[in-house]
Amino acid sequence: MTEAYAELGLRPDEYQRIRDILGRTPFDAELAMYAVMWSEHCSYKSSKVHLRQFGDLPASDVLLAGIGENAGVVDVGSGLAVTFKVESHNHPSYVEPYQGAATGVGGIVRDILAMGARPVAVMDPLRFGDADAPDTRRVLPGVVAGIGGYGNCLGLPNVGGEVVFDPSYAGNPLVNALCVGVLPRERLQLARATGVGNRVVLLGALTGRDGIGGVSVLASATFDGAGGPANRPSVQVGDPFTEKMLIECCLDLYDRGLVSGIQDLGGAGLTCGLSETAAKGGVGMRVELERVPLREPSMEPLEVLTSESQERMLAIVPPSDADEVLAVAEKWGVVATVIGTVTDSGRLVVTWHGDVVADVPPGSLADDGPVYDRPRARPADLDLLRVDDPSALPRPTDLRAAVLRLAGSPNLCSRRWVTDQYDRYVLGNTVLAQPDDAGIVRLDEESGLGVALSLDGNGRYSRLDPYAGAQLALAEAYRNVAVTGARPIAVTNCLNFGSPEDPEVMWQFAESVRGLADGCRALGLPVTGGNVSFYNATGDVAIHPTPVVGVLGVLDDVARRTPMGFRFPGDAVYLLGTTREDFGGSEWAWAEHRHLGGRPPGVDLAAERRLAELCAAAGHDGLLSSAHDLSDGGLAQALVECCLRHGVGVAVRLPGDPFLALFAESVARAVVAVPPGGAAAFSRLCAEADVQVTRLGKVGGETLDVEGSFSLPLTELRDAHESTLPKLYG
Amino acid sequence: MPTAGAARVGVVTFPGSLDDRDAQRAVRHAGGEAVPLCHADPGLHGVGAVLLPGGFSYGDDLRCGAIARFAPVMRSVADAARGGLPVLGICNGFQILCEAHLLPGALMRNTGRRFTCLDQRLRIESNRTAWTSAYDEGQRVVVPLKNGEGCYLADEPTLDELEAQGRVVARYLDVNPNGSARAIAGIANAQGNVVGLMPHPEHATDPLTGPGDDGLGFFVSLLKALV
Repeated sequence: MTEAYAELGLRPDEYQRIRDILGRTPFDAELAMYAVMWSEHCSYKSSKVHLRQFGDLPASDVLLAGIGENAGVVDVGSGLAVTFKVESHNHPSYVEPYQGAATGVGGIVRDILAMGARPVAVMDPLRFGDADAPDTRRVLPGVVAGIGGYGNCLGLPNVGGEVVFDPSYAGNPLVNALCVGVLPRERLQLARATGVGNRVVLLGALTGRDGIGGVSVLASATFDGAGGPANRPSVQVGDPFTEKMLIECCLDLYDRGLVSGIQDLGGAGLTCGLSETAAKGGVGMRVELERVPLREPSMEPLEVLTSESQERMLAIVPPSDADEVLAVAEKWGVVATVIGTVTDSGRLVVTWHGDVVADVPPGSLADDGPVYDRPRARPADLDLLRVDDPSALPRPTDLRAAVLRLAGSPNLCSRRWVTDQYDRYVLGNTVLAQPDDAGIVRLDEESGLGVALSLDGNGRYSRLDPYAGAQLALAEAYRNVAVTGARPIAVTNCLNFGSPEDPEVMWQFAESVRGLADGCRALGLPVTGGNVSFYNATGDVAIHPTPVVGVLGVLDDVARRTPMGFRFPGDAVYLLGTTREDFGGSEWAWAEHRHLGGRPPGVDLAAERRLAELCAAAGHDGLLSSAHDLSDGGLAQALVECCLRHGVGVAVRLPGDPFLALFAESVARAVVAVPPGGAAAFSRLCAEADVQVTRLGKVGGETLDVEGSFSLPLTELRDAHESTLPKLYG
Repeated sequence: MPTAGAARVGVVTFPGSLDDRDAQRAVRHAGGEAVPLCHADPGLHGVGAVLLPGGFSYGDDLRCGAIARFAPVMRSVADAARGGLPVLGICNGFQILCEAHLLPGALMRNTGRRFTCLDQRLRIESNRTAWTSAYDEGQRVVVPLKNGEGCYLADEPTLDELEAQGRVVARYLDVNPNGSARAIAGIANAQGNVVGLMPHPEHATDPLTGPGDDGLGFFVSLLKALV
């Protein structure tokens, strides 16, 4: 017979530790509480020893709240602060694609709300198995509909993200969700319970049996394949209308100054909210659990404590304000219930109709979980992969056909089938959205102050070199933000990996964190927070290590942003940066040869910085009609996207070997269009910034024309680029 | 900024309204004064016109717009509309106007069964309404469209009557994004003071945040009518 603790996901030594902490056998509810709080998902027990490197980065003067809070908060000037964070909802989205993805959006939005911010935009980096795999056809449409169904209904514009296909994600899609919010600096909220006698108020949806043990059962174990649909009750069910009302209610409470601490209820539910706020405030709490409004009256105390029912927040309020809090909630149609009181006992005591069902030190749940420095081993196949260099692959003789094939390949084709299901206009502040390089949201209508955001990751690069892969993800997100003219100021991340109990995965993880931390140091950017998702594997086969990195930038006036598409015939087109023989892990090698080997592109963060400064200066001086970063698919893909954005063509002459020029994925590059009369000033800026500049040609016409090689009518190109996903998914 | 004595246009916020602040902004862009109106308050506070904005009022429970129709403010809006008050319903607002029987027909799930967000080309079919007088008939405009239940349906006699009386206000061009009967994007009541529109003109009043400013004409038309 399996021990009860083992069924909850605890190890024998962890169980012994719980006994030692309590000095007795834990009650059922207590055991369930430790199981969820000490799960990988909540405790970061395998990642903590590595993540410290982010905290050790040099202090940043823009960071108002960082790692350890619900989300990082940065000062963007004019009295405003911005908070942003990305989280995973991978396993739930595999089990139940619509609800899994929907509640992923709901969860990250509440994290942002908990900081005192009004959520203003979302983004979704997604990864699936091969585009034509049967399971991708099951999962992708549901995930996209779920993200749209929830985000559209909340009234949050979806301004960007990624869709990547790779067989490594078959059976374990990655559904990450980012939210960004804005707040007046002084409205910053913290997840702390203070003030003995303060009331503990539960706000929002009724508590039901959905999502019980989600963090331990779903998020902290590897799928065995057959377990998918059977785990469906562990997936939460979302109600965006309730969340919309909860958002308005919480913002009203903040503005009235009625809240002394607040925490969203997500993974591990009430247990997490109660123990974390009490531990952070260094206080005790007494909770009368039977006061929690239930959807299902037969629920047991341990179910109430670990339910992950959505759309709930936990607020700490002074007793004198409790009545007003309840009245404000009623105005918004939000259920609010006083369930407990802050005490000086140092213990979290939970009673159920008078009987004590839990009596534990809150810090033992929230902070004193196990910490593992797990064994690491360099993957045995890494050297073999790296010597399998793409230089031996046959190169195309017909470049026109290759450009057309790549433009329509699953990873490079138009994402409109996906993004057209998301509202990008609501709130009226979206200045740029997909397919542009970064999403740009205006924060202040008077001054034009706004933020730019991009999220990027490349699992193939990371598979070949996880240290470089993390830096390449950072560099691409940084570049995507920088080409718009924004000044990058902060980083967040979602680290998606296989099982931490596999030493090779743990090595990939450690290398990625080291790479990202070193990269952030080189770019002078703080890491404001992040999320780790382990156990992304199918059977014994881990996904590609996939750190997804988000970069936030600031624009003093969004009207001066640089968009990506060619627009004005006669503009001169330039390539910025240096092209090298970089084909390892490239989209060309993958799409044309299903080849993954060699080394990823060489990282050059100093060059990224110079490029960023150039783009900001040239954009500010009005010297750029457009700027588009070069990444997957190289210059060929960048030109395709620049032309198709507004249906305006280009004629270029390529420097050197045309194949190399078109498909290499060298870093720190962009293609820009400069209006007539701007050339001299632009060249001067390039020289000052020490960025190599190559004149390619001129905007205009209805073709993508490569001198001496081929001419592609935009209609033919658009058909190839836009028909792929509709053909696959209807 | 609204000038002194600018026309006052009420914008109703229901629980779950999402494009309400955008509608207010569009009114201001056109030179009017936007007056927030609350679903629970039957008072219209002396406004010269009312806008029912987009969103998911009451979470689209039962049917889109079915609950909003019974909100206290809607009784006043319906009475005033029958008395000639200009009323524009955008997206969810259009759905509410149909539920309230201020406009004929109904909006059903898109035939593609997906939520769709597009920069949609439209042809203005009638400028004989309070909300479209600033356009030329036949004028082509680009206005964002974003809906999951925007398929306009009515029985054939009703459609024929709408066409015959020039009450089809705008029609989709190029593609019919939601399968609407006769590619209808918007209609008016017989008096031309009440208009329902599935596309969102409030998101096309500033090229910085929309595909252009083609939508501004709806608000300019109204303000001209109110002067």
